[in-house]
Amino acid sequence: MARQAALKIKPPEPEESGEQLYADYVKVHPRKVSGTFRTLKWATLSVLLGLYYIAPFLRWDRGPGAPDQAILIDMPGRRAYFFAVEIWPQEVYYLTGLLIIGAVGLFLVTALLGRVWCGYACPQTVWTDLFVWVESLFEGDRNARIRLDRQPWTAGKVLRKIGKHAVWLLVSLLTGGAWILYFNDVRIVIPELFQGTAGAGVYGFLFLFTATTYVLAGWAREQVCIYMCPWPRFQAAMFDEDTLMVTYEAWRGEPRGSAKVGQSFEGRGHCIDCRMCVQVCPTGIDIREGSQLACIGCALCVDACNGIMDKMGLPRDLITWDSINNQAAREHGNKTGYRFIRPRTVVYALILMLVAGLMGYGLVARTTTGLNVLHERSPLFVTMSDGSIRNGYTVKVLNMVRENRDYRLQIAGIPEAAMSVVGLENTGRDQTLLPVPGDSVGTFQVYVSAGPERLDGKSTELVFVLIDMATGNTIENATMFAGPGS
Amino acid sequence: MATTEKDAVTGRYTTGHEWDGIKELNTPLPRWWVYVFYATIVWSIGYWVVYPAWPSLTGYTKGLWNWSARGDLVTEMATVQAGKQVWNARFDGASLSDIVKDRELLTYAIAGGRTVFAENCAPCHGSGGAGAFGYPTLADDEWIWGGTLDDIHQTIAYGVRNANEESRQGEMPRFGTDQILDAQQIGAVADYVVSLSKGASDAAAAKAGETLFAENCSSCHGERGEGMAALGAPALDNAIWLYKGGKDAIAAQIANPRHGSMPAWSERLDATTIKQLAVYVHSLGGGK
Repeated sequence: MARQAALKIKPPEPEESGEQLYADYVKVHPRKVSGTFRTLKWATLSVLLGLYYIAPFLRWDRGPGAPDQAILIDMPGRRAYFFAVEIWPQEVYYLTGLLIIGAVGLFLVTALLGRVWCGYACPQTVWTDLFVWVESLFEGDRNARIRLDRQPWTAGKVLRKIGKHAVWLLVSLLTGGAWILYFNDVRIVIPELFQGTAGAGVYGFLFLFTATTYVLAGWAREQVCIYMCPWPRFQAAMFDEDTLMVTYEAWRGEPRGSAKVGQSFEGRGHCIDCRMCVQVCPTGIDIREGSQLACIGCALCVDACNGIMDKMGLPRDLITWDSINNQAAREHGNKTGYRFIRPRTVVYALILMLVAGLMGYGLVARTTTGLNVLHERSPLFVTMSDGSIRNGYTVKVLNMVRENRDYRLQIAGIPEAAMSVVGLENTGRDQTLLPVPGDSVGTFQVYVSAGPERLDGKSTELVFVLIDMATGNTIENATMFAGPGS
Repeated sequence: MATTEKDAVTGRYTTGHEWDGIKELNTPLPRWWVYVFYATIVWSIGYWVVYPAWPSLTGYTKGLWNWSARGDLVTEMATVQAGKQVWNARFDGASLSDIVKDRELLTYAIAGGRTVFAENCAPCHGSGGAGAFGYPTLADDEWIWGGTLDDIHQTIAYGVRNANEESRQGEMPRFGTDQILDAQQIGAVADYVVSLSKGASDAAAAKAGETLFAENCSSCHGERGEGMAALGAPALDNAIWLYKGGKDAIAAQIANPRHGSMPAWSERLDATTIKQLAVYVHSLGGGK
């Protein structure tokens, strides 16, 4: 029975669903536009690119023997420098904090203003914008570019294309080149780069970032935003009715139709169907179809439409940056207003302040000493000739300042326990002075013995106490002391 | 003869093959793919010429570059040796007691010793010198053949009870098997030995064993069972036992003793390595 029923079910034909899973690639030729948002976009582009290229050249004095580059991630030296902050690999949680701040900050901004990250600050947007500008220098604006692509290969077309790709590659090379500078000292790596003596890693990453910039900003462009990037897929979760986003006022624009200057707009919509909003769009979408995944929120269509509205003598902002609530209010002639303080934005802001506060406190209260204790596990414990039990520990003392320091290591938690450090003289039954050179990790082999009657079964808590002799600061590290048990 | 036809849906031609009414579309590989394939063939020819490629009955073609993985290894090992040479020059010149006072040399010796120990010594003595039944624990403070740096170095270099001339030698008589003592006497001595290490024992039997111990055992193990490193006679007055403590185990050892053996490592490892091992074993916690 079941089999017969199953046989009756016919698999749906692909045509029936009416939807194709495969989309043909249509090349997008964004048209030049001017206006408020275009100016804003040029401004952010200039600031961000400026920061990217200038930052590695900033200097910061850290004293002799230390790199003086303000921002430097020194992989072989296992240090990250950011102005006055110096991070060791053990403190990589600062990076986690930074990433959380970045993510929650993105959520907050998206909940308030829509996809401004996508439209203005994302590297993909910034470099694509730059590449399209270079393209227009060689091939002209949208219509000229479309014509050029259609026409047969002439010497002029070849020259234009070669010129464009050459400048693209140059920009890519500079992008990759600047990336290297964040991981190498500028004053060492730049001469090495030209002399051919820089490491394989430097050339490898230079090539990688040159290639990815060229491919992603030159060729892939909006395909990255539409198909590769995960962010557009869940950004809708941050939106609500009060989020500002690029919107077409359908109630005012429809029914659309072509129109001449001075004509009456009685009984029809204000949209004259000039398709300027589509032509200027860097992802090639029609915003009049409503909010959609491929809209990166750059608002260039707002600039384009406002230009047309001005020419037609119609009110501006047929396409506008506004909230759904305001749109509904306008449609019904109600009062509009902005609601930036909402439960959602308050929660994001609170998380942001909490993480930033924790990070800030962590940085301010950051100790310049670290203590790691590793209990020896083979053997867990050793019975000595006098019947006492001995455990081995590897004690690592991180001295994060650039001068030599002495520390006193003590033990606590087990009465009458004795400690000895291989290669060092004890200063008492349970304490030893550990010298640690500046900017390094001192590793010490430590033995602790205790009478079996002092132990609490198979595992007893033992505390290592490290005292900085210069400042008197104390760090404790609790570990276990293994014994044979009952 | 198979006939090809144009498929109405896709606009492609079929291959002309047909199975039960199912026809196969002719979908040739993309041109660029084919050219890449040809390029790899050309590349492989270059490979045959410069790299080892074809086997023959007696060997293989060496290639123009004369490359071999073994050759790479030799070069890498030479680089490593050259790197170690900087340290070894200092290390070889220093005495064992100087090495443990110099933190840099000590770190170098322990790092090297740990690796060599794991490869050569840990199979018997356990990782970290934890020891096992019949294999002495190297992390404790009892040393059968002495626990100073020089003693340890000597034991590692020449071993115990092997064919090497310098080897540590020393054997305990088979008191039971050779009928030197009878079973009751052996039990009494065992009781006495247990009492030496403050274990619970039959006081009367231990008293009887005391005389027997003084006559038969004290010449090697000492009057109070404190042991004698020169003869490899272990201390009997403490909590550490090579072949287990307790009366039965001790009696078995007296009656028919077991004797462990250790290779002379100077026959297998170089002098620098043995020095590193000695420092490492000394650092395991019990070194005197």
